[in-house]
Amino acid sequence: MDLIYREQILEHYKHPFNFGVLDNPSSEASDNIVSCGDSLSMQVLVKNKSSLVADIKFQGSGCAISIASASMLTESVKGQKIGDLKNLSKNDILTMLGIELSPTRVKCALLSLEVLHKTLNQLT
Amino acid sequence: MLDTDELKNDFPIFSHIKDLVYLDSGATSLKPRQVIAKENEYYHKYSANIFRGIYKISEKATAEYEAVRGKVAHFIGAKNSREIVFVRNATEAVNLVAAGIGKTLKPGDEIIVSIMEHHSNFVPWQQRSLKKNANFKIWNTGRDYMLNLLELEKLMSSRTRLVAITAVSNVLGTINPIKKLVATIKKRIPESLVLIDGAQAVPHMKVDIEDLGCDFYVFSSHKMLGPTGVGVLWGRYELLHEMHPYQYGGDMIQAVYIDHTDFKDTPHKFEAGTPHIAGVIGLGAAIDYLKDLGMENVRRHEIELTTYAFEKLKLINGITIYGPTQMEDRGGVISFTIEKIHAHDIAQILDSRNICIRAGHHCAMPLHLSLNLVSTARASFYVYSTEKDVDALVEGLKFVQKTFS
Repeated sequence: MDLIYREQILEHYKHPFNFGVLDNPSSEASDNIVSCGDSLSMQVLVKNKSSLVADIKFQGSGCAISIASASMLTESVKGQKIGDLKNLSKNDILTMLGIELSPTRVKCALLSLEVLHKTLNQLT
Repeated sequence: MLDTDELKNDFPIFSHIKDLVYLDSGATSLKPRQVIAKENEYYHKYSANIFRGIYKISEKATAEYEAVRGKVAHFIGAKNSREIVFVRNATEAVNLVAAGIGKTLKPGDEIIVSIMEHHSNFVPWQQRSLKKNANFKIWNTGRDYMLNLLELEKLMSSRTRLVAITAVSNVLGTINPIKKLVATIKKRIPESLVLIDGAQAVPHMKVDIEDLGCDFYVFSSHKMLGPTGVGVLWGRYELLHEMHPYQYGGDMIQAVYIDHTDFKDTPHKFEAGTPHIAGVIGLGAAIDYLKDLGMENVRRHEIELTTYAFEKLKLINGITIYGPTQMEDRGGVISFTIEKIHAHDIAQILDSRNICIRAGHHCAMPLHLSLNLVSTARASFYVYSTEKDVDALVEGLKFVQKTFS
């Protein structure tokens, strides 16, 4: 069996966390990978000008890697400082997923990080 | 009928990867040892440049290179080997024609392509049209995934300068009725030119260019058992003769002066610089190999195998297969989607069993968008493909579904 499709990844794909929309998001952004047909949008809620993520939701369609990555990432950023999240890197995502990916699949894994950064950068 | 088990022995990759199930021949074919050996022969025995040396090995290299031009002409039924231009790939062949025709395009002229074109026969025309303010028109398929000639007649006008169509869709497998299509175009507007993308046709079926009546025909070596880096442009002699060179430099000149240059005639005026000599010579061996098999046998093998695969695949739960359902109307290509599973996940899990398929839009994004699809999975066959390969694919797909269940 391909190690990429370990149980945890499949569970996140089938039943993703934080899938949906927020009522009053502080910021939202989306992006896609045209070559894969993956698309992802994210909404972040930041309360009272605090620098913490109060809530986060995402929507989109994609392969197991990109959806699982979005599910795990959104779950992990709740309550985190915006400033810290802006420093999240490719390696942090790959560590979070805990799987080895070929170069063509790394971009699936990183879509959620790109959209998160886009969303956070739009916060004023 | 091809003896595929015997045939597989000709392809060294199967002795390196014993359980390889290669179902991506639409992207590129595997290479038989005869082709690899012929390419090596050039490097081992007469690796000199062509058209220059007054010495034996250069003359040998030139003779081998030019002999392939004749071989290619004969293989596709061209009358004159001067109509055969060697380029890097089918894409470059289309670009060469687009650059030549593009120079004479006027605002309001029309270029028509079909929705099922590979990007290589789509983007060059789209970009030329944008640059020249020409109308870029799209010929859509019907619900049966076929092109309707009546639709084409409606699309055409007195301003139609060129129609560029694929002989076989690399996604749907649709085999377009090129002869009828050319006749329709020429009857409506005799001056309009027709370019056919034969990248998915020449490797898989007998092609007779004179019979088709088109003006340009392009294909790639690497999809027909030959080396990568070699493509072929066939064009009517008088059209190529009139057309300006595509690139300038050595090999394509008759004489160079400070203030002007005299060019060679076609095909050499289009082959600037040292070409892929070994690759062209290798293509000659690929043609010999295909001729030995017999193109009728190649086609019959693919019809039988595609029929077998179609019957097996359609039994899989949640599968949707795209393209014509009559096997006579389709090449050895089956694109499909499986409910709730992304094509990339399908391909990745199959890869864990050494099964190679393509996933994505297969360089045909406009077609995928028109079908409201983001990506499909595609299995494509060739002479070395077997029913065993298809069985492995079917088992593999069941495993994919189990993984995601």
